[in-house]
Amino acid sequence: MTLLLVQVLNGLQFGVLLFLVAAGLSLVFGVMDFINLAHGVQYMLGAYVAATFGLWLDSFWLGLLLALPVALVVGLLLEWLVFRHLYRRDHLSQVLATFGVILTLDEAARALWGSAPLNVPQPGGLPGGIEIMAGLNYPAYRLVIIGVGVVVPLLLWFLVERTRIGMLVRAGATNATMVSALGVDIRRLFTLVFAFGSMLAGFAGALASPVFPVAPGMGENVLILCFVVIVIGGIGSIRGAFAAALLVGLIDTLGRAMLPDLLRLLLDPSSARQTGAALASMLVYIVMAGLLAFRPAGLFPGPRA
Amino acid sequence: MRAALTRLAAPALLFLLLLAVPFLGIGGGFVLDLLTRAMILGIAAVSLSLLVGGAGLVSLGHAAMMGIGAYAVAALDAAGITEGMIVFPTALAAAALFALVTGAVSLRTSGVHFIMITLAFGQMAFFTASSFSSLGGDDGYTLYARTEILGSPLLQDRRSFYLVCLALLALVWGGCTAILGSRFGRVLRAARENERRVRAVGFSPVPYRLVAYVMAGAVGGLAGALLANASEFVSPASLSWTRSGELLFLVILGGLGRLHGAILGALAFVLLEEWLSHLFVYWRLVFGPLLVLAVLFLHDGIAGLPGSLRAWSRWRPTFSKRRSADA
Repeated sequence: MTLLLVQVLNGLQFGVLLFLVAAGLSLVFGVMDFINLAHGVQYMLGAYVAATFGLWLDSFWLGLLLALPVALVVGLLLEWLVFRHLYRRDHLSQVLATFGVILTLDEAARALWGSAPLNVPQPGGLPGGIEIMAGLNYPAYRLVIIGVGVVVPLLLWFLVERTRIGMLVRAGATNATMVSALGVDIRRLFTLVFAFGSMLAGFAGALASPVFPVAPGMGENVLILCFVVIVIGGIGSIRGAFAAALLVGLIDTLGRAMLPDLLRLLLDPSSARQTGAALASMLVYIVMAGLLAFRPAGLFPGPRA
Repeated sequence: MRAALTRLAAPALLFLLLLAVPFLGIGGGFVLDLLTRAMILGIAAVSLSLLVGGAGLVSLGHAAMMGIGAYAVAALDAAGITEGMIVFPTALAAAALFALVTGAVSLRTSGVHFIMITLAFGQMAFFTASSFSSLGGDDGYTLYARTEILGSPLLQDRRSFYLVCLALLALVWGGCTAILGSRFGRVLRAARENERRVRAVGFSPVPYRLVAYVMAGAVGGLAGALLANASEFVSPASLSWTRSGELLFLVILGGLGRLHGAILGALAFVLLEEWLSHLFVYWRLVFGPLLVLAVLFLHDGIAGLPGSLRAWSRWRPTFSKRRSADA
């Protein structure tokens, strides 16, 4: 029972991180119809910058704070250098060009920081564990991540649903040409959405750096899961991204923890461990393929669907 | 007739050059091994080009087809079977079966969703391959020996393996060209351009697309089986999604819409990779930007370069909307 609770909390926390990356991806995808494979690079960058500055300034929190502007600037730079020229091209060109960006930046991370996982300062000023149930200590920092997962979606919801900028973003997602004809500088709106998405992904990476290993290529694993998230949730829908991110986080974490044990009821231990591990890795993809086959628009279809 | 001759001139020249290499003795065995690898990737790229350029189906899971072919070789090798007459048909059939099952589901979607669902199936294949502990799991599996053909170790010899790969490449290229030119290929191409009109004329595109997907899958399996023989090693890394991305890149680099472009793309990719990794330790720092530049500026790929150069020399500032490849 306690084990299940811990795994549910871990799953939620993974889901929150996925949401932070997927939200930006989904906005960019929904508003600009642009597939950005290199979005995961922002996540990796956030983690590396937070770790480097954190060690240098001897405070994890300062590192986290500094990772935000760096992710923002790199996002803007990439948009200006590469992505801007791809908005009018087909999806295939977008996939390939951003794939090139991934190759470049992963290699740059390898050249700058090496291939081995990085040593990351632990967040100070927090109690090590909080007793959430009798005899069950859960790390306080991980609860902070879940807390972020409550605050950021509310903030995003307010931004998108209740502000003028949010209104323009929603209108742009439905019909960009019309919004542009009404006198809104759609290019600037795109750049703004893009920069904001990059910052969120960098934030997610910085948050994840004390919990998950910081290494080149860490962005891609998250990125692919995020595509699963936005496809399940419905492209361009923040609400869908939130629901799907938690779902994927829970399925993935619980699957990895529970499936090998569950299969032990049917198979002998060694093959149960093997098939269990394989099946757990596949679980989210099976869910996605099933959903796509029967409900291609996702759980909460976005404005374009 | 003349148009057909000019269309065939570039591929014919390419195949003749490739045929001449082993008899000229350039650079010794290393060059042959490198070109063999490029031609095997070329076989996979031609089959993907049939899907992407011909049918307009952008698959980001083609590495899975190659991986299944490669794992078929490894599984039979572990069982002690190395006869090519058994190994190659098994590899083709396994990949075709996987393509049939996943294609039947994937083709319910289109556009971006098709890219994503093929990626999802590719990842499933990847994780399955990593869990085969009898075949080395994550570490991969080293073959005892290369596949034999009718009991003779034909593929052991470097030059004959090269020639076998070249022959298969030419066969695959010819087959795919014939398919695209046939009535079947016309329906595929028409459905890529305008699905609604094709339906209105009375064709349902899905069965045509499924057959094309299965054929491309089988050819991918063949390429995988050859690649397993070339490296005498099989690992889950050959099914990773980055390999699928590379395959797509080969096709685009060479030029969509021309099947021999995929072969050019594979040659350029393998040679560039080899050359750059000799020059720099962090060679992807050069390779990545080159890839981006190629996508941004080389609209019609290497095979379309003569046409692009002609267009640039007559360049006038006009606005043109590019044809969408994923409808």
